[in-house]
Amino acid sequence: MDHIVKIKKGLDIQLQGAPAPRISEAPSSSLYAIIPDNFMGLTPKIIVKPGDKVLAGTPILHDKSHIDMTVVSPVSGEIVAIERGERRKVMRIIIKPDVNQDALSFGQPSLDSMSGDEVKALLLKSGTFAFITQRPYDIVANPDTTPRDIFVTAFDSAPLAPDYTFILKDEMQHFETGLKALSKLTTGKVYVGVSSKQPVEVKNGTAVIFDGPHPAGNVGVQINHIAPVNKGETVWTMNALDLLFIGRLFDKGCVDFSRTVAVTGSEINQPHYIRSRVGASIDSITHGLVKPAEYERRYISGNVLTGVKTDTDGYLGAIHSQITVIPEGNECNEFLGWASLNPRKYSTSHSYFSWLMGKKKQYAIDARIRGGERAIIMSDEYDRVFPMDIYPEYLIKAIIAFDIDKMESLGIYEIAPEDFALCEFVDTSKLELQKIVRNGLDRLMKEMN
Amino acid sequence: MKALKNYIDKIKPHFEPGGKLSMFQSVFEGFESFLFVPNTTSHSGVHIHDSIDSKRTMTVVIVALLPALLFGMYNVGYQHYLSIGQLAQTSFWSIFLFGFLAVLPKIVVSYVVGLGIEFTAAQIRHHEIQEGFLVSGLLIPMIVPVDTPLWMIAVATAFAVIFAKEVFGGTGMNIFNVALVTRAFLFFAYPSKMSGDEVFIRTSDTFSLGAGNVVEGFSGATPLGQAATHSGGLLQLTDTLGSPLSLSDMFFGLIPGSIGETSTLAILIGAAILLFTGIASWRVMLSVFAGGIVMSLICNWFANPAIYPAAQLSPLTHICLGGFAFAAVFMATDPVTGARTNTGKYIFGFLVGVLAILIRVFNSGYPEGAMLAVLLMNAFAPLIDYFVVEANIRRRLKRAKNLTK
Repeated sequence: MDHIVKIKKGLDIQLQGAPAPRISEAPSSSLYAIIPDNFMGLTPKIIVKPGDKVLAGTPILHDKSHIDMTVVSPVSGEIVAIERGERRKVMRIIIKPDVNQDALSFGQPSLDSMSGDEVKALLLKSGTFAFITQRPYDIVANPDTTPRDIFVTAFDSAPLAPDYTFILKDEMQHFETGLKALSKLTTGKVYVGVSSKQPVEVKNGTAVIFDGPHPAGNVGVQINHIAPVNKGETVWTMNALDLLFIGRLFDKGCVDFSRTVAVTGSEINQPHYIRSRVGASIDSITHGLVKPAEYERRYISGNVLTGVKTDTDGYLGAIHSQITVIPEGNECNEFLGWASLNPRKYSTSHSYFSWLMGKKKQYAIDARIRGGERAIIMSDEYDRVFPMDIYPEYLIKAIIAFDIDKMESLGIYEIAPEDFALCEFVDTSKLELQKIVRNGLDRLMKEMN
Repeated sequence: MKALKNYIDKIKPHFEPGGKLSMFQSVFEGFESFLFVPNTTSHSGVHIHDSIDSKRTMTVVIVALLPALLFGMYNVGYQHYLSIGQLAQTSFWSIFLFGFLAVLPKIVVSYVVGLGIEFTAAQIRHHEIQEGFLVSGLLIPMIVPVDTPLWMIAVATAFAVIFAKEVFGGTGMNIFNVALVTRAFLFFAYPSKMSGDEVFIRTSDTFSLGAGNVVEGFSGATPLGQAATHSGGLLQLTDTLGSPLSLSDMFFGLIPGSIGETSTLAILIGAAILLFTGIASWRVMLSVFAGGIVMSLICNWFANPAIYPAAQLSPLTHICLGGFAFAAVFMATDPVTGARTNTGKYIFGFLVGVLAILIRVFNSGYPEGAMLAVLLMNAFAPLIDYFVVEANIRRRLKRAKNLTK
């Protein structure tokens, strides 16, 4: 560990409801769900039907263009429903778990003697490959490519995010096994982005220490500072908590999709960590933890910046290790709010008086947008929270105009929607930047392939 | 507040498509969101948002303009009573009232004409009403001479809002600063009413207040006007009665000039508000002043004062006179029409400062160059940004090329 990267631009939004370092067991969820939308860029072909019995590790769906890439069941049980939305798009596959859990065996893989292709085949078969994403396009990695490097982020700097050091400390063995498996998949290096505040010991990879505010934990920012993606190159990225699934597969010989989830947010009593499983219902995790209240609440699978809005009858997203509950705020009608002198109205700009409260003050921010959509007026607003060698405003404009040459030259291949989350938070013009970027990446991918 | 909200909710259906007042939907929504912050919650992307919105941003700019505006009103009265020789026996509040009554109609005309056009344009496009003109509408009366006829302000405002803003797509899309286009339109369409000795001081009464005859030896020329028309010998700037002006007079601003532009002190208070809140860019402001100082030093050293009398003015005098400080603080920092990249802002601001002094000194036809300097640089701002962004693009290409080697 010699290399320290200091990130200066960015923002740590101080919110109420950070998780205390304490783990409790969730009551077992009565239903589990697989949400194909969690796996960006994957076109699901469902290979089970209601009534089928599955084991943990039994394939539920595969990608249309890569038949060997599967998403598997996190539990053993019975398929009870396949829920479809508009144009028969599959929204969720609901699984009712057995009382006694059973997992499909993948033998006793010995990582040391396996070749890269064998590792890849096993990951694809076990459904763990779908947790690897790639740049460009921020989609599930294409197994036909060999990545230049693989980047693993071993911390999350988003508001109220789980402390990876705390979660990983009992599973360091699986983490290292996972890194070792990844190193077989690339000819380059396996970089691990480590936080200076929550250090993680890394043996089977190249650790790079990052110091600074969010988005230092975003893998895109880390790539930009370690070895940026150029046109024509592909790198794979992964989250350290998802890497545990790969590590456990090799260590145990079967899939184990259990997850330690941080239950956070201003609407949670005693926020802390809950041991649950991928796809568990939100209610099974947050039950009894949400403060009683009259007003509406927003349940988010993930963090407040990039998470997915869900509901008590929703399910934990496959890629999320955090649930955030905040007030919806739709019953507030603030009179002349633009003239407010209230220091409790949070703003990063000094035009509101929240700076009087100091930097440590924690806020309970609700889900209101607090303003109308406008053309981009203020300059330097995005740049201040965008620590990459990219001009975010110009890139956004190029994406809106869908000028492919411009997008390429301004660095579209290096970014993901999550990198624009803070820009979207501070934006005076209230533009839906992450949506713009996601749509832009999807369209670009269609044009290029 | 609840009753008001209930009333708004009650009349809302009339304004929705199909309602009998649907032609006023944008106006209605404008007022609704003015009274109550919309409580829509986020559908995609981030779940929480910063409290700031463009209403707040514009409010802060207006607050920052107030010191200069209030001082400007007082100064209008001060210059008037000075010129009719009644300053000593007139109370502070009478002086202010005179100025207030002289300036208020201009503010009203500018807002009514400008906002009327904005409301109409918003309705035609079925857009929300945007707040940009709230600032432009206050800037316009502050940068004109006090004796500008109201109908001229109306015509110029209409021209600027339609042809400098709406045809480009409204707030955030314009290339030139709307308030400065108004000023430039007045300057070139009605030059006799925009410069000279007659227009910067109101010598007649306002609503029959403060009637009187000008004293002997009165001259209404602004200091920059004196510099431009000066010939031969040492330049001595004087006030309207012929007594010499000191640097502190110019700094505090009891001198003839456009309504809001005379007091450097009041403008600096506004600058402090804008910089502390982070609404305006310190990079632009700082470099405008730097550019102005550098250029006026060059003029001090190299220009022939016999031909270019304004070259004798020291850098500080240049900054305190005319619209220089006002342009640096409120005009050049307009984020829409200025440079948008940080590197670009330094270049943009510096060139505004240089050009402002350049025009002042070397073109006696235009005693004040700050307005034209900002407008000219508005046209060049995209070019500056283009080169800054191009440098980033080239860096990215080079990186890719090194790799393939």
